[in-house]
Amino acid sequence: MSASSTRFARATDASPRVKWLLIGAVWLWFAILILFPAIALARTAISGGLNSFWHAVSSPEAQRAFGLTLWVTFVATIANTLFGLGFSFVLVRQKFWGKTLADGIVDLPFAVSPIIAGLMLVLVYGPKGWIGKWIEAGGLRVVYSWPGLVLATTFVTVPFVVREVVPVLREFGLDQEEVARTLGAGRWKTFWRVTLPSIRWGLAYGVTLTVARSLGEFGALLVVSGNILGRTQTATLFIHDGIESFHPESAYAASVVLAGISIVLLIGMETLRKYVEAREHSVQE
Amino acid sequence: MAITVRHLSKRFGSFQAVDDVSFEVPAGELVALLGPSGSGKSTILRIIAGLEDADTGEVELTGEDATNLPVQRRGVGFVFQHYALFRHMTIRQNIAFGLEVQKLRRPEIRRRVDELLDLVQLTGYASRYPSQLSGGQRQRVALARALAPAPKVLLLDEPFGALDSKVREELRTWLRKLHDEVHVTSLFVTHDQQEAFEVSDQLVVLNHGRVEQMGPPQWLYENPASPFVTEFLGAVNVLKLETVATIQPGHLGDPPLVLPGRSQSSLVYVRPHDLEITRSINGRPAWPSRIKKLTRLGGLVRLELVLDDGTNLLVQLTRESCLELALAEGESVFVTPKDMKVFHESASFVEDYAI
Repeated sequence: MSASSTRFARATDASPRVKWLLIGAVWLWFAILILFPAIALARTAISGGLNSFWHAVSSPEAQRAFGLTLWVTFVATIANTLFGLGFSFVLVRQKFWGKTLADGIVDLPFAVSPIIAGLMLVLVYGPKGWIGKWIEAGGLRVVYSWPGLVLATTFVTVPFVVREVVPVLREFGLDQEEVARTLGAGRWKTFWRVTLPSIRWGLAYGVTLTVARSLGEFGALLVVSGNILGRTQTATLFIHDGIESFHPESAYAASVVLAGISIVLLIGMETLRKYVEAREHSVQE
Repeated sequence: MAITVRHLSKRFGSFQAVDDVSFEVPAGELVALLGPSGSGKSTILRIIAGLEDADTGEVELTGEDATNLPVQRRGVGFVFQHYALFRHMTIRQNIAFGLEVQKLRRPEIRRRVDELLDLVQLTGYASRYPSQLSGGQRQRVALARALAPAPKVLLLDEPFGALDSKVREELRTWLRKLHDEVHVTSLFVTHDQQEAFEVSDQLVVLNHGRVEQMGPPQWLYENPASPFVTEFLGAVNVLKLETVATIQPGHLGDPPLVLPGRSQSSLVYVRPHDLEITRSINGRPAWPSRIKKLTRLGGLVRLELVLDDGTNLLVQLTRESCLELALAEGESVFVTPKDMKVFHESASFVEDYAI
C-alpha cells in the first residue's frame, strides 16, 4: 500500500531536471528584479566609505525627513488599522445596500496612481478646495502641512488591512464568538479574547504592508506636501531632492535606510509568525 | 421544568422557520428535537440559547423568564456541530474559558478543568491544540467546555453530525452514559431518528416549524399521531384502502379485516416488521404475493413483495425465519399484517388494527 502510494506520488511529480529548472527560473527572476538592484544601491551608498554614509544619513535634514516619515506612517497605520478592522467587519457580517460597490471602492487606491490621489486631495482639502477653505478659515492647515501627508498616506494604504482581514474573518465565521457568548463573555471580552487572536495574522500582515507602503509613499506626497524643507519633507521627498540637486550620495544613503526598514519589517513578520506557529503546533505532552 | 418554551414563532423573510412551538423539558432529562432539515429545530435551540431572537413567544429557564436575557446571562452550555473550539487556545484554555470569565480563582479553575478532562477522558491532552485532536476528541472538548461553568441546561446542535458513523455511534453511547452520571438537563437537535431513539428520554418531533408530537421514543413509535410521525420514525408501507380490501379473509376465528364506510383518502400504514410471511394460508387474513427481491442485511433480511394488484410491500424478517421458510426470489408466499394504522385525511383520527 505504502509502496504503491509512493510510486503514485512520484509519477505525478515533475522530473528532477524540470524541478531544478523551475527553481532556477524563480531565482533568476528574483535576482533580475530585486537582488541586483538592491546590491547596486547598497554598493553605491557605501562607495564613499561608511563614514560618509553615516554623515549623509545623520544630517539634520535627513533626520527631520525620517522623523516626519515615521510620524506620518504611525498615524496613517493607526487610522487604517482601526478603519480597516471596522470596515472588514461591516463587509463580512452586514448586509446593506451598495455592499458590492463598497467592496470594490476599497481597492480604488490600488487602481489609481498615487499622484492622482494627491491631486484629488488638494482639490478638496487645499486652500481653495471645497472643504479646505472652511478648515483653513478655522485655522487648520491640511494640504502643505503634515495632516495632508497623513491624509494622502492613509488614502493610498486603505486596502491593505481590509484585503488581509476580510478573508480571515470570513473563514473564522461566527461559531466561536457565539460559544464565547454562551460561556458568559460579553461582546468586548469576546472580541479581545476570541475574535482578535483568531484574525491576528491577517491583521498583522495588513498592518505590516501598510507600514511598508507608508514608508515608501512618494507620488501622493509630492503633490500634497509642497515639499517644504524641514516642514513637509519626508524621507522619499528627501531622496527625490537629493537626486535633483546633485548630491546623490545622501539620496543613496537614505534609500538604503528606507528600503532596509521595509525589508526587516517584512522578514521579521514572517519569522515571528513561523516561530509562533511552530510553538503552537508542536505536540507538548 | 428546566426549559419551558411557549408559543415561539420566528420568520426569516417569507420563510416561517418556527410556528407557534410550545414544549417543556423536565429537569435532568435528555430530550431530542427531531425533525427533517428546515423543520426549525436548530432555530428553536438558538432561540433558547439567546443566539437568535424569537418574533413572539417566551423562553423560561429553570422557572425564570429568560426571553429578554442576553446570551451571556442565560447560563446555557452550547455545543455546535463543528465543535467551534477556540483554535488559538490549548484544550485546557478552551475548557477554562467559561470559568475565567466568571473570575474564578486560578487553583479552582485548574481543579475544575482537571475534573472535566477526566470526565471526557482526555487527561493528558490538556496542552494540545484543537488541530491536534480527532473529530470525536474535539467534540468531547466542546462538551467539557460547555459543562465547565455548570450551566442550567445543555444545548447540543447536531452534536454528532460532522463525525463518521463509527465514531458517531461510540460518542452517542458515551453521551448517554455521561448524562446518566452528570444529570444536566439536555436538549439536543438531530435529524437522525436512530440517534434520537438511542440517546433521548423524550422526543419532540418537528415538521415545518411545528411540533407534530412529543413523548418517549418507543411510545411515539407505537402510537404515532400523524402520517408524518409514522413515516419519520422508521420505514413504513403506505397502502390504499382498496389494496387492504383485497386481503383474503381467514377462517380460524380471526375477525376479518373490514373497513366499511371509509373515505377513499384514508391511508393504511404497516411497518415492515409487522408483516408475517407464511408458505400457505394458515387461517388468518393474508395477501397472496410474490417475492420480487430478497436482500440479506446481516442478521436481518429485507423482502420486496408484489401483491396481486401490483402494490409493492416491504417486509423485514430475521435471518432465522427466512432460512426456516427457505425463501427465494420469484416465489409465492402469503403475507399477513400483524399491526396496521389507518389515518383519515381531514380528521386527526387514528385507528389501530391488530390481527
